[in-house]
Amino acid sequence: MTALETRPVHLNDDELLELWEDAPGIPGFLSTVDHKRIGIRYIVTSFIFFFIAGLTALLMRAQLAQPHSGVLSPAVYNELFTMHGTTMIFLFNTPVLAGFGNYLIPLHIGTRDMAFPRLNAFSYWVFVLGGIFMYSSFFIGKMPNGGWFGELPLISKTFAPGVNVDFWGLGIVFTGLSTTVGSINFIVTIFKLRAPGMTINRMPLFVWSMLVFSFMAIFAVPAVTLAAGLNELDRLFATSFFVPALGGNVLLYQHLFWFWGHPEVYILFVPATGMISQIIPTFSRRPIAGYIWVAGSLVTVGFISFGVWVHHMFATGMPPLAMAMFSGASLIITIPSGIQFFAWIATMWKGKVTLDTPMLFAVGFLLIFLLGGITGVMVAVMPFDWQVTDSYFVVAHLHYVLNGAVVFPIFGAIYYWYGKMTGHELSERLGKLSFWVMFIGFNITFFPMHILGFLGMPRRVYTYNDGLGWGGLNMMVSIGSGIFGLGTGISLWNWVWSWRRGRAADPDPWHGDTLEWATTSPPPHYNFASIPLIASRHPLWDQSPVPEALSGPEDETRALGREGAVDRATPITSGIDTRPEGNLEIPNETYLPLVIALGLAVFFTGLLIDATLTGVAGIALAVVGVLWWTWRTEEDLA
Amino acid sequence: MLDEHGQEARHVAAVWWLMFGLAAGVYVIVAAFIFIALLRGRRTATGKPSRFKDDTFIWIGGIGVPVVILALLAVVTVTTTRVLRNSEPGELRIDVTGKRWWWDVRYPDSGVVTANEIHVPVGRQVDVALTSGDVVHSFWAPQLAGKLDLIPGQTNHLRFKALDAGVYRGMCAEYCGLEHADMDFLVVADAPADFDRWLLRRSTGAGTTAQSDEATKGEVVFTRESCAGCHTIRGTSAQGTVGPDLSDFGSRRTIGGATVPNTPDELAKWITNSQAIKPGNIMPPISLSPSDLQAVVTYLEGLK
Repeated sequence: MTALETRPVHLNDDELLELWEDAPGIPGFLSTVDHKRIGIRYIVTSFIFFFIAGLTALLMRAQLAQPHSGVLSPAVYNELFTMHGTTMIFLFNTPVLAGFGNYLIPLHIGTRDMAFPRLNAFSYWVFVLGGIFMYSSFFIGKMPNGGWFGELPLISKTFAPGVNVDFWGLGIVFTGLSTTVGSINFIVTIFKLRAPGMTINRMPLFVWSMLVFSFMAIFAVPAVTLAAGLNELDRLFATSFFVPALGGNVLLYQHLFWFWGHPEVYILFVPATGMISQIIPTFSRRPIAGYIWVAGSLVTVGFISFGVWVHHMFATGMPPLAMAMFSGASLIITIPSGIQFFAWIATMWKGKVTLDTPMLFAVGFLLIFLLGGITGVMVAVMPFDWQVTDSYFVVAHLHYVLNGAVVFPIFGAIYYWYGKMTGHELSERLGKLSFWVMFIGFNITFFPMHILGFLGMPRRVYTYNDGLGWGGLNMMVSIGSGIFGLGTGISLWNWVWSWRRGRAADPDPWHGDTLEWATTSPPPHYNFASIPLIASRHPLWDQSPVPEALSGPEDETRALGREGAVDRATPITSGIDTRPEGNLEIPNETYLPLVIALGLAVFFTGLLIDATLTGVAGIALAVVGVLWWTWRTEEDLA
Repeated sequence: MLDEHGQEARHVAAVWWLMFGLAAGVYVIVAAFIFIALLRGRRTATGKPSRFKDDTFIWIGGIGVPVVILALLAVVTVTTTRVLRNSEPGELRIDVTGKRWWWDVRYPDSGVVTANEIHVPVGRQVDVALTSGDVVHSFWAPQLAGKLDLIPGQTNHLRFKALDAGVYRGMCAEYCGLEHADMDFLVVADAPADFDRWLLRRSTGAGTTAQSDEATKGEVVFTRESCAGCHTIRGTSAQGTVGPDLSDFGSRRTIGGATVPNTPDELAKWITNSQAIKPGNIMPPISLSPSDLQAVVTYLEGLK
């Protein structure tokens, strides 16, 4: 690298910041490749979708509070539950975790950015454009209405001729790209950019969980892309993959969908437990019990989760022996979760616990996940599942897991890392209040649903007859949902208010053990002027202050010290034992990720409205963008 | 589901009560662990040394106890599945086809066709052969048995045995479009002799002739107007197959997939504009003169 010799090496901090600073205003906003800006943006965007999907839930509960109520028409109700599920899975849970991964992984592992910062920007733009794509259906009054997992032939051209389902199917294919690209980026970052000394057995557990998340996503997402994509081929180009009359098979769709769908539950759950495994030790003032056990559990869950998908299909009439295998795997997957659970209990048992807001959410998570896990074991028992599947019992179970056991950790994580991200403290008082309102509201909402399932209330009904004995419990559920919504609203207020007005946050307010607490709040653009040298699983507890590396004369070590930051580079290290191997140059801001994502959005819009020219123009724009990207690489790096 | 009147539902209820006992025990004990851990962790100044090693928690709570419970449940799963999926000699076959949003019911051995109301004999196993005429549905009568899907191009067999006479509500449990919520049915479990009588009456076509002048006029109107294009009434020229067979309509308890009770008033409203009762169903509003409407209602209610 010739630039090195021509540039003054000893920039002061201000000059260094200026070197890394994005352009001000809109241009910088659209072209940034800083993992922290992108991570926060991911989280904020996901939460916008979270609150939209929350509102759809409240509307549905208004309709169901009483039998035969006319708040919503059946058509609108069906659109709302489809968008509620689709949004929560594809536009909130998955991307919000990717956002935390984006923000935290480079800080956790002591590097200056992600391995592919431009790809990172690209995956964000794809996600947000995919979300806008799906929600644009709202403005023409044709929201998807086939359920969040679709069901063939219900979402075939014959039974769903409108464009509604295309918004959904194309949106799934489109946003799936974001998850896959993001996962590749996480894996390479985690394997190649860890600070020297952060050997594989010293990685923070959240990093472990995102590694598992990424590998699972890479193997699972293609299946859902296929499921939705083949159906779109059937719909748009008259193929017959899923058309029974022409020799297609509708169960194939279910297999493909759930081959992604069940790992997806763990794709969401694993990072949530990773967050819990960071929060509980910090607020217990001790290292996590059984680190190896917990890391091993995460990996094991990743593998077993690919062998359980048929438990979503127990009622489809498959041969019992084949289903028994999946029933068995669905039981066995409890064990790694049980191991993690008792690791958390042991950590608190032998620690010194303080109940700050993040820890409250973690304890709330434990109490909720315990029940969600138990009902999960129950539905793995095939004969029982035949009774409760597609009933409100399953609605209860899935919300205990996906809302309680994923959303509570995410709220805890926001309260844990908000100060680091924004440089401002949140109100603890409002945080605790929000937790209690949410926790109580959650249980009033979702616990009675178990009983409704036993009383025979099926899922996805827009109304029900009186005289079935469901009215009282449904009213209770609806009231609970309002309380839960209020609880999330208190947090929203807390987050928005504190964004600018909260007290300045300490670099290390909770006395955590991981590297993000070694930098300022918020961290500088380059994260670490010099890369930290790690000699412990808990660098901030065992090696404080964490020693900083110096740049060596060889190529491999040049990026370690301050010269690396001056050079906009970060060290590459070997995957297992983190020997320095070279320098990764971090690209400047660029509009190309946005341009390519826009091209793809235009392409999918062309497919949607059956406009060949638009589609061709979109794909052409994307291809030109990709070519330009490869062409301009050197220039970007200069 | 727990107010069970079928042998299959009873087996599942037994599984449930076993699991409920285990679950309640596990929840209370583990939750107690969480609270004790919190209290200990809050009280101790520096982290009190515990007699237990970290690994002890994991080996006992995370591995040992779960393995025992899960092994038990695996055995229960396999044995219960074997029992539930067994056929018995002499079982009665019933063909049920799910359509949006009603149930076509046939007794192939006797040629009887009906809709939305399934009669079964108490104490005898029935083999319900399930398939779909359009999208995927799911057959669920919670008091009798678990669910089984109705899938186009595939026939699934649900076997169950009603233990007590009674009328049991059933429904579609798989989202099937606009009116999924109003796709219910009734299972009527009759004493064996009553059931035989019920079946015999229908297989001989008795009861499908008009019993009064008013009803005769109703039959004329029914076959003259658009009704006959979609509905069949055995022994008449009405042979439509789009909508439910109405040959024994007067004996049914409900209208429109158990959406409203079968009374002359409700029927008149249904015929005039069923879209007001069950929006989106395929039956169009029918405009009849008041006297024709009255005649058709009388005719249909007389078909028993």
